[in-house]
Amino acid sequence: MVPNEDNRPIAYVTPLADIESAEDGYVIRAEMPGVGKGELEITVDNGELMILGRRKPTDFTAELIYREIRPHDFRRVYELDPSIDTTKVSAKIYDGVLTVTLPKAETVKPRKISVQ
Amino acid sequence: MNIVRYLRYPQSDLSASLDRIASMRAEMDRMYDPSFGSSLRSPASLSGWNPAVNVYQDKDQFIVVAELPGLKKEEIQISLHDETLALSGERKREGSSEQGLLTERFYGKYQRSVTLPTAVDPDKVTATYKDGLLQVVLPKAEEAKPKQIEVALK
Repeated sequence: MVPNEDNRPIAYVTPLADIESAEDGYVIRAEMPGVGKGELEITVDNGELMILGRRKPTDFTAELIYREIRPHDFRRVYELDPSIDTTKVSAKIYDGVLTVTLPKAETVKPRKISVQ
Repeated sequence: MNIVRYLRYPQSDLSASLDRIASMRAEMDRMYDPSFGSSLRSPASLSGWNPAVNVYQDKDQFIVVAELPGLKKEEIQISLHDETLALSGERKREGSSEQGLLTERFYGKYQRSVTLPTAVDPDKVTATYKDGLLQVVLPKAEEAKPKQIEVALK
């Protein structure tokens, strides 16, 4: 929760997300239905990954008569493992699922050492 | 209007009591934030995946919006029985589950139905899917549309 100018907390929806781990890094897949490429903001700062997806207003003017979908934007912050190379983080969004790829730095990848 | 959550399996005593806890939590959330309405769903792992929906209406049509992120077109089935719109399908996992460190998303079959307050014209229903949102437009049947009646003042 981040306070805005009126000092009231801004509400966000925490997107449901899966995390996969592989030898060469991590992949986060987060559900942000209704969010396209243009509504995304992703930052890596101080060892933290922040993902923010803004919802678009509906393209019609009909009256809302029943609501289950919360109207707030999606936001989630992850603390990054020090092994991740933050200069190589990449992201894509497709069908409302954000995929963030977090490769490990070359120096921490497992290597096979050949014995002379 | 009547909106029914589908239950995939007959409920065991355990899942019934967990559902009761979930509904208590929903009740508390409603007390603290009335603007959310009945937005809280019971955890997907307990009751299957029931996608969240919004329903809109104007004088000519209903619009149902459902959150279905990460699906292909063939993984979405839409059917209409009288005034009840039913959505169903199955979501497959991307990547391998063995590498999963944390799984919050729901995979497998989902089902959801929405009963609309008035009759709709089944031949004119259209649906679009974009950015993980399904939008179904259901024009009202002619007899269900509000009619303006001229009343002459004497």
